[in-house]
Amino acid sequence: MIRIQNLCKRYGAVTAVEDVSFEVQEGQVCVLLGPSGCGKTTTLKMINRLIEPTSGKVFIAGRDTAELDSVTLRRSIGYVIQQVGLFPNMTVEDNICVVPNLLGWDKAQSRRRAAELLEIVALDSSLFLKRYPRELSGGQQQRVGVARALAADPPVMLMDEPFGAIDPINRDAIQDEFMRIQRQVNKTVLFVSHDIDEAVKMADCVALFRAGNIEQFGSPDDLLARPASDFAADFMGSDRILKRLRLMHAESIARDAGAAGIAVELDRDGRLASQVPLRVRAADDLRQVLSAQLAKGTSWAACLDKDQRFLGVVLQSDILANLTQDTVAARQES
Amino acid sequence: METLRFISDNLPLIGSLTLQHLGIVSVAVGLAVLTGVPIGIAISQNERSARIVLAIAAIVMTIPSVALFGLMIPPLSLIGQGIGMVPAVIALFLYSQLPIIRNTSTAISNVDPALREAAYGMGMSSWQRLWRVELPIAVPLIMAGVRIAVVINIGIAAIATYIGAGGLGSLISRGISQSDSRQLLAGAILISIIAVAADYLLYWVQGRLTPRGLRQPAPSSAKEAIA
Repeated sequence: MIRIQNLCKRYGAVTAVEDVSFEVQEGQVCVLLGPSGCGKTTTLKMINRLIEPTSGKVFIAGRDTAELDSVTLRRSIGYVIQQVGLFPNMTVEDNICVVPNLLGWDKAQSRRRAAELLEIVALDSSLFLKRYPRELSGGQQQRVGVARALAADPPVMLMDEPFGAIDPINRDAIQDEFMRIQRQVNKTVLFVSHDIDEAVKMADCVALFRAGNIEQFGSPDDLLARPASDFAADFMGSDRILKRLRLMHAESIARDAGAAGIAVELDRDGRLASQVPLRVRAADDLRQVLSAQLAKGTSWAACLDKDQRFLGVVLQSDILANLTQDTVAARQES
Repeated sequence: METLRFISDNLPLIGSLTLQHLGIVSVAVGLAVLTGVPIGIAISQNERSARIVLAIAAIVMTIPSVALFGLMIPPLSLIGQGIGMVPAVIALFLYSQLPIIRNTSTAISNVDPALREAAYGMGMSSWQRLWRVELPIAVPLIMAGVRIAVVINIGIAAIATYIGAGGLGSLISRGISQSDSRQLLAGAILISIIAVAADYLLYWVQGRLTPRGLRQPAPSSAKEAIA
């Protein structure tokens, strides 16, 4: 979907991006990760040509972007920045309608689209359409920012540290929200971040940058489990092995209770009929499960699906065994 | 009291002088907006040109008005307009440039760079960015510049009477030459009142032209937003 080929940007004697190549498949979230000044934002801005590359090419859906008019190109790419950049002189509705208006959509159509998008980002359209940006909280503003970028339904979204200015608690919520939206709209997303946890949480693939080059490109689990260099290992953190816990979910390692030597009683609907020390949801990640196990002082938990039916038991020993194996990604994909 | 009686006895004359006065000022400032705002926008893109243009405008501002009127008589006499309305309008036009250009260029260059980046990133052309984002946000500050120009010029226009441009200044000049304090005071007081009134009026206009999303204080719906 997006192919970046030997991209390079020099400012006089300074090289911001030296030689960057990678590819992102349609519908994937690729996080450009790295310390500040590593060239990740410059790379992002060369994709919508806010910065013109010194050399190298960017292909979107097979087309060389250098052959397109830069304004036309930008209108076909969603763009979200950290400072949000909502236009304070326009209502939320007008802000969302900016690109549809530039594209000459019918007024009624773009208004319908604005209302629809507000609902997608979980803001009540009857309350928010006519508000002005300064009447919104930071989190609400960034939701509108995301809605605005989605307005003309671009296949590609570029996001430059979109949640970096939001406080940690709201950031977590808006990341979840974005992942839910992404499952719904299935865009190809390039996402700049310097936050490893954010990358691990959101990314299908991660491009780890260092001094204008890609140090390592792979799945989050690749980077955590198999860092290619000391820099990558350092950057992912000394607790990188523990971070892998977030990539796996309870259901993937839940095993049959009998085989684990644990007796549980079920009713006719498959729900638990006996007492268990801890219940976890199938979709909980292993960090949450392990943390709850440690808090309760138990070595196992009953894993339940959405309808409270018993799926199996999650053993602490299985969680720990998984951390030391290299098979997390393989299992998750299967 | 004497002054008030003078005013009420000469209402028709004073009325026409006031109109003349306001006419000179509005034509001059109106033209100055038409040139000053585009110049202000142009120089906001380039710091060097901004420094040069603002320096020139500031130098013009320091020329005493009487001297400026005098300076214009010889060249304008060539087209038979050495005295009267034309030199008065030109002088006031020149004096208006500094506040209007300076406020416009400051307003445009103060627009949050994030808005500029968002506008470009979404695919606006430079013109679209200027019209849809930068100018609406810059309007309050540009209008503040216009207000300053108007108030200054209402004062300076009084001196234009010496080159035969008329206006309320003629009450003052006659008051001085005839040692008639009634006329002198009437002129001075009326000019002050007009200046203050014009400032208030333009302040109101400025409020009307400010986009709703930028107006202070926040409308009551802001409270709901927090809730």
